[in-house]
Amino acid sequence: MVNSMSNSSFFFSDSSMAEFHRWEKKFPENAEGKRSLVIPALWIGQRQNGFISKEVVQYVAELTGTEPLHVWGVATFYTMFLKEKSGKNIIHFCTNITCTLMGSEELMLSTCKKLGVSPGETTSDGLVTVLEAECLGACGESPTVQVNHTQYMVKVTENDIENLIQTFKTGNR
Amino acid sequence: MAEKKIILANIEEENSHTIDHYIKHGGYGALEKAFKSMTPAQILEEIKASNLRGRGGAGFPAGIKWSFIKRDAEGPKYLICNADEGEPGTFKDRRIMMSKPHIVLEGMIIAAYCMGLDAGYIYIRGEFYDPYLSMDRAIEEAYKKGFLGKNILGTGFNFDVYTYLGAGAYICGDETALMNSLEGKRGYPRLKPPFPAQYGLYGRPTTVHNVETFSAVPAIIENGGKWYADLGTPKSGGTKLFGISGHVTNPGVYELTLGTSWKEFFEDIAGGVKGGKKLKAIIPGGSSTPILRADELEGMNLDYESIQAKGSMMGTGAVIVFDETTNMVKVLYRIMKFYAHESCGQCTPCREGCDWFYDIVKRIYHGEGKVEDLDRLEDLGKYIGPNTICAFGDAFVMPTTALVKKFRGEIIDHIKKGKSADLGKDYHHA
Repeated sequence: MVNSMSNSSFFFSDSSMAEFHRWEKKFPENAEGKRSLVIPALWIGQRQNGFISKEVVQYVAELTGTEPLHVWGVATFYTMFLKEKSGKNIIHFCTNITCTLMGSEELMLSTCKKLGVSPGETTSDGLVTVLEAECLGACGESPTVQVNHTQYMVKVTENDIENLIQTFKTGNR
Repeated sequence: MAEKKIILANIEEENSHTIDHYIKHGGYGALEKAFKSMTPAQILEEIKASNLRGRGGAGFPAGIKWSFIKRDAEGPKYLICNADEGEPGTFKDRRIMMSKPHIVLEGMIIAAYCMGLDAGYIYIRGEFYDPYLSMDRAIEEAYKKGFLGKNILGTGFNFDVYTYLGAGAYICGDETALMNSLEGKRGYPRLKPPFPAQYGLYGRPTTVHNVETFSAVPAIIENGGKWYADLGTPKSGGTKLFGISGHVTNPGVYELTLGTSWKEFFEDIAGGVKGGKKLKAIIPGGSSTPILRADELEGMNLDYESIQAKGSMMGTGAVIVFDETTNMVKVLYRIMKFYAHESCGQCTPCREGCDWFYDIVKRIYHGEGKVEDLDRLEDLGKYIGPNTICAFGDAFVMPTTALVKKFRGEIIDHIKKGKSADLGKDYHHA
């Protein structure tokens, strides 16, 4: 119903919509509760679309009874929402104090060198984006890396990164 | 005064995250005791007697916070568990959520019963996807056993708990920014008063605690507030988790009775500086707390008052260790880069001040600084903290000015070397 009335050219898939409905149960059934769904809906939209496009913003606004400007304001506030298309995979290197003490910056730069990119860039084949992260909260096992916004790798070595990139190449991820 | 595992009890064991394992080791016993043999007023008395202070950084007494809520006030009232663990150096809450999620839930349910709260949200930072899944699994188990939901343990008390996933913003660790985020807004801190106990989530009375604070509650109810208080010093009750990282032999999360000597913790428990090098300095409680030089640590104990007497703070109990080879210009640069990235931008002194600080620190880092820059930082710092809504201003001014003050000689040496001392390129966040 919502989809057919939407002004947006982006729609949640069935599985995205099922996930959205699970989130709906967490909040009060009123306008305030609906607005609380903005961030969960942006997460779901990003997972489906790869990044937060204007169409995702428009659609999330309709779903949550908010203005697109509000949704865009929220999306641009939070670092994990990608405002442009990234590579198929994202590696976040934590370079905050402890990780830097434990060699994460060298690890990030050697990875970049191998991939032919600078931090913040995507490989020309679109396979990997390398990003710097702020403290990931796993300092006892640093250096720490986060893969595709979900998986942590700890006590990371150059070898671990080689293997990781290999799994990207073979599509086992 | 030493290691004492209460929150961390049995945490190394396989399946410590499951409800069966938790119950086997006495878990949810405190909940049964509270619901079946104690009145809300009696629970509150035990929390007050325990001297438990908030473990998220500010150290506010939990008993006083709980007493702000009017139990019989009409309309919904909320409980929030702050799991936005983002203070650099801090990794204790992740440990609890991954390996002992039920201790958090048990503490939350007891707190909700005591204060008469209707629903609880666990606000988990966006990067913590695994802890989020772990808490969700635990919530599902707790519903199945009847510890959550309607008519808990036949008392007629109803309480629901939901997880929430942030999306990458350090400022959401501030409880009012967190509530705005939970309401689907930018995570801007709110001006206080009104405090969350009057005007919290959706404008309703709300109590917010850190993951570790909730985790301390079951043992207090089980053994009594006095028992807990007696574990610590007269002013700092109980145990606290300390996460130690950096140049240390045995990094990790340790639970210590408050008042344990720094020397015992660092030398005997954490194994001292890694690789036999000399200690240069530590940050005692996360990157917002002022750095302490090795020579300042003599006689320090790990409790709120003792660390404060040395001019720093307990913070989150996140100790970062620096050995003699550490370049303090680099530490200063990396700390300031973090805060410049994370200022939410709401208050002008903080938004602009962060950039000014970062610009000055950056030019020092690149070997283009001037000695006067150090005085400028100190002077600028005076106008930021007192003129902002939340504590973020202080959180970047305190550690940076402490670094400049305590390692002034080293920084001046670096400045005098000029361009040849450039420490490397800048990389920008996405």
